Amino acid sequence: MDIRTSGGPPSAAEVAAVDVVLGPPESLWEGGERTPGDDHLAHGGHASRLKRHLLLPVLHGLQDEVGWISRGGLEYACRRLNVPPAEAFGVASFYDRFALDEQPPLTVAVCDDIACKCAGADDLCRELEAAVGPAGTAKRGAVWRRSPCLGLCERAPAARVERTGRGANHAEGRLAPASLDAVSAILGGASWQVDDVLPMPQPPNDRRLLRRIGIVDPESIDSYRAHGGYDALRRALELGPEGVIREVTEARLLGRGGAAFLTGRKWDAVARAPVRPHHLVCNADESEPGTFKDRVLMEGDPFAVIEAMTIAAIATGCEHGYLYVRTEYPLARKRIENAVARARDHGYLGGDVAGSGLAFDVEVRRGAGAYICGEETALFNSIEGRRGEPRNKPPFPVQVGLFGKPTLVNNVETLVNVLDILGDGGAAFAATGTPESTGTRLFCLSGHVRRPGVYEVPMGTTLRALIEQAGGLREGRSLRAVLLGGAAGSFVTESQLDVPLSFEGTRAIGATLGSGAVMVLDDTADLEAILLRIARFFRHESCGQCVPCRVGTKRQEEILQRLLAGPKPHRNGDVALLADIAQAMRDASICGLGQTAASAIQSAVIQLEVLHG
Amino acid sequence: MFGAGGGTSSYREAEETDLVLLWGSNARETHPIFFHHLLRGVRNGARLVAVDPRRTSSAEWADLWLGLDVGSDIALANAIAREIIHSGFADTEFIRRATTGYDEYASCVEAYTLERAEAETRVPASAIKEVAHAYGRADRAMICWTLGITEHHNAVDNVLALINLALLTGKVGRYGCGLNPLRGQNNVQGGGDMGAIPNRLPGFQDLEDPAKRAPFEKAWKASIPPKRGYHLSQMFESMDHGEMRAVYIVGENPARSEADQTRAVRLLGGLEHLVVQDIFLTQTAELAHVVLPAAAGWAESDGTVTSSERRVQRVRRALEPPAGARDDILIICDIARRLGHDWGNPTAEQVWDECRSLSPMHAGMSYARLDELGGIQWPCPDETHPGTQFLHGRLWQDPVEGPRAPFSVVENDPPVDTLTDEFPIRLTTGRRLDSFNTGVQTGAYSSPLREREALLLSPVDGARLGIVDGERVCASSRRGSIEVPVRFDATLRPGLAFLTLHFPDQVATNVLTIDATDPKSGTAEFKASAIRVDKIATVPTT
Repeated sequence: MDIRTSGGPPSAAEVAAVDVVLGPPESLWEGGERTPGDDHLAHGGHASRLKRHLLLPVLHGLQDEVGWISRGGLEYACRRLNVPPAEAFGVASFYDRFALDEQPPLTVAVCDDIACKCAGADDLCRELEAAVGPAGTAKRGAVWRRSPCLGLCERAPAARVERTGRGANHAEGRLAPASLDAVSAILGGASWQVDDVLPMPQPPNDRRLLRRIGIVDPESIDSYRAHGGYDALRRALELGPEGVIREVTEARLLGRGGAAFLTGRKWDAVARAPVRPHHLVCNADESEPGTFKDRVLMEGDPFAVIEAMTIAAIATGCEHGYLYVRTEYPLARKRIENAVARARDHGYLGGDVAGSGLAFDVEVRRGAGAYICGEETALFNSIEGRRGEPRNKPPFPVQVGLFGKPTLVNNVETLVNVLDILGDGGAAFAATGTPESTGTRLFCLSGHVRRPGVYEVPMGTTLRALIEQAGGLREGRSLRAVLLGGAAGSFVTESQLDVPLSFEGTRAIGATLGSGAVMVLDDTADLEAILLRIARFFRHESCGQCVPCRVGTKRQEEILQRLLAGPKPHRNGDVALLADIAQAMRDASICGLGQTAASAIQSAVIQLEVLHG
Repeated sequence: MFGAGGGTSSYREAEETDLVLLWGSNARETHPIFFHHLLRGVRNGARLVAVDPRRTSSAEWADLWLGLDVGSDIALANAIAREIIHSGFADTEFIRRATTGYDEYASCVEAYTLERAEAETRVPASAIKEVAHAYGRADRAMICWTLGITEHHNAVDNVLALINLALLTGKVGRYGCGLNPLRGQNNVQGGGDMGAIPNRLPGFQDLEDPAKRAPFEKAWKASIPPKRGYHLSQMFESMDHGEMRAVYIVGENPARSEADQTRAVRLLGGLEHLVVQDIFLTQTAELAHVVLPAAAGWAESDGTVTSSERRVQRVRRALEPPAGARDDILIICDIARRLGHDWGNPTAEQVWDECRSLSPMHAGMSYARLDELGGIQWPCPDETHPGTQFLHGRLWQDPVEGPRAPFSVVENDPPVDTLTDEFPIRLTTGRRLDSFNTGVQTGAYSSPLREREALLLSPVDGARLGIVDGERVCASSRRGSIEVPVRFDATLRPGLAFLTLHFPDQVATNVLTIDATDPKSGTAEFKASAIRVDKIATVPTT
């Protein structure tokens, strides 16, 4: 690999941050000091290029410990990993988390996304501007910024806090609900506490997937086992891979990540793929605005996620699994990492899983602030140490996935369902819900409801009943709309509240369950601001690969701004242009982001008649 | 190879081989086209071993870099051979059927133990063993080399040592295997093929063989001197003796490219008559009595070039040459006319067709077919022949068609310019991606990659000598001294220095180099000089 460096030597802190991830360099040729052994010999080539997948962990290390990624730090990482600096720069600059200019050590990111807007995030930001200055301006070692959805919608308005520093000095936390006083105090140097999962709004008997949350100790494998943990794995080992796939197929479980593909069919395809090895990926990059169910599962019942991954791996012949969790979820990451370590200690992961003779282990990978990495092939690229750009399909991941090998990729919620499928049997599982959409579904209620949070209801429950479970609207308010499925979803109106929440039920009214986000907006909601926020979100998150999406998301935002600025002579022309752009993005983008980047806005135009003069 | 002066393989095979030994070649910079093919091979899973005193940009791509001491190639090759034999990787069936001289060879390499090779090359024995096993076990493997092998006083022996490895393991004459000298220009291969070497007629035919001469004499209606001429080093010797007094130089810049430049300039300047035909007024042309301005071969002339994979390709005139500059063919025909021979004014195609009528390996390559097929790899004996992807497939026929391939007994022979306390640093020379030989064709262009020419030195040596990066120093060899700025290069080990010869007017590299020459090839040992580096005494200020 041609490594041309020009950024000067790395600082001691940068070397240390990289070496924490990679270990010390073995030779001059890997970025170390010259020793006599380097004079006549170097190893490299394929072996060193295989380390490319460690690029994101190394960049995280630099960001955590140094607070930004300097040329010297980046080039040291490049020498260690045999990656050309230009390419590594392309990766670092792709992800929001990595700063390429020097940053103050303390950052507070204030969410101004939809649910937080409903809870006064815009007022909070205005107050902050007045009190401490505009977003992005460093002052006394601290800075505050606006952020897209942090997945803390049940406790809006939310903020995320991070202080960079060596080792234990690096700290992350959340402030939710956030207030001017609390944010100002932290920017001024006050400490913060990491609060735990909120109590579940539903009683335990109404919950299946969520039944252990708030009841088990999420950091104790003994507590997990005392509440039925690892029974499903035992059952899976009795059934064998084919038996497990048979049960999952009989359960007719549909993927919960948004695409609603038959899980059993996907597992069967990976199990049968002749190319080896097979990889397993748990998609925990929950970034759809208004979605936080996977965070609650990982924070409250992390062992369940790991047990479910183990079962999936055994069924499909994977020896290595990755759990890719968004960087905005530090508590979830910590709990999952703890669960992996404990499971390994107790022989539930490793070379001999639960005495079965089968090998499986899990590596936790951290996203870096890119919504697009929730798209499965973008996620693969991210794990491989590349820009998170989606790949063309076909080939599908079950044939050519992570590292070019057959890969099973499932969402967290999908996987956790498997525990009940094995506990109760696939047929019994399918008895809940509707014939086409079996089982229960987790919904993330946020916005203008009295008791926001994650609710678990059988598939087919009406939207009206779900909103009532969450306490309904505040006194004296009327419903404006519900945004179903997050920013990539669509608005439904009062008249559609009796839609059954199943894949087929929502499809019938032209909506989608999507990721399970249910954002309830009453008559106080600033719908125009929300539409602009959605447009800004997609413009920012488009990876830029497909021109219709890269340009279309930008134009969509511009036209919306123009339309909402006031009456214009060419209003109808602009509305028609928005529809044209929406069509182009739907038709000519390779991934779901571009295909859905206009759906909420178009549904608002059609259902809510927002832009009609 | 074995009588054919060209690489045995096609570029395509580099993409589908399992192992490439890149020996004495920084192909990443000096053969970028070939290196792209090689990289495709690497992406397809091929392993790459780089053998080079410097850890070059090519070596950065390698799975294994063996940084041998300059000029210890034969010790390394023979030790690899011994390890292959002792580990049972020798292809005994191929050796028996297709080669000669194995027993003498085996007894020669028997003395090259891994320990001895480590002592002579300084490469760890374990790494030599690793390469021997990788090459021995590989189904397909190629050896590619460049001037790191041939710019030595024992250049031919170095090449023979590499050929021996391929014969030992049956890695020649098969798809994806082979022996490939990478040519430094688009048409070095073509120059040799056309007879621009002292002992060959066009088509690589032996000039000293009367049967080979006869068709030429008949066609040209003239007799050809039956003995080979001088190669370049011999020409300079002859000038030195006062025997050669007139020289006609076409497209060469020996006043800057020859080793021991001071001597070369003195001899060229002392000639009674020097004619230089070139596209620029080179330093050599400045010494000439007559300068003949020529059209540029790659843009202002029609003709053919031949690449390192023996592929003859058409070049076409894209521009009219500047006023006064003329096509080489027309200049030569005019000189012939003045000497009393009217050759007419043939087109490039007419010259080529004459060549095809006399050179069997080019016979099938009409301009029309070269166009149609995108070039043709020789040999191509007739107009139905598709050309030859790789050479020596005959060695795999049973019985072998034609002569068997000989092993050669070659012994390690270190560089002539020995390292001593007085001259303790080994200077080696080479080329960079952005420049070309003495810079005649590239010096006038700017390049973002180009840095000011400097003596590259290990920072360890710099510290020992008390000099700082960028400082001007005096570099001396047994032949002369130059002043040159130093640039520290951490990829160079202590005791190893590097210079290019791209900017002879800034840094007269060849003042330092030695003209110790391989008697068989006529190539000087540009790759190994012994130098010392001294601080330039500062004038004390009063």
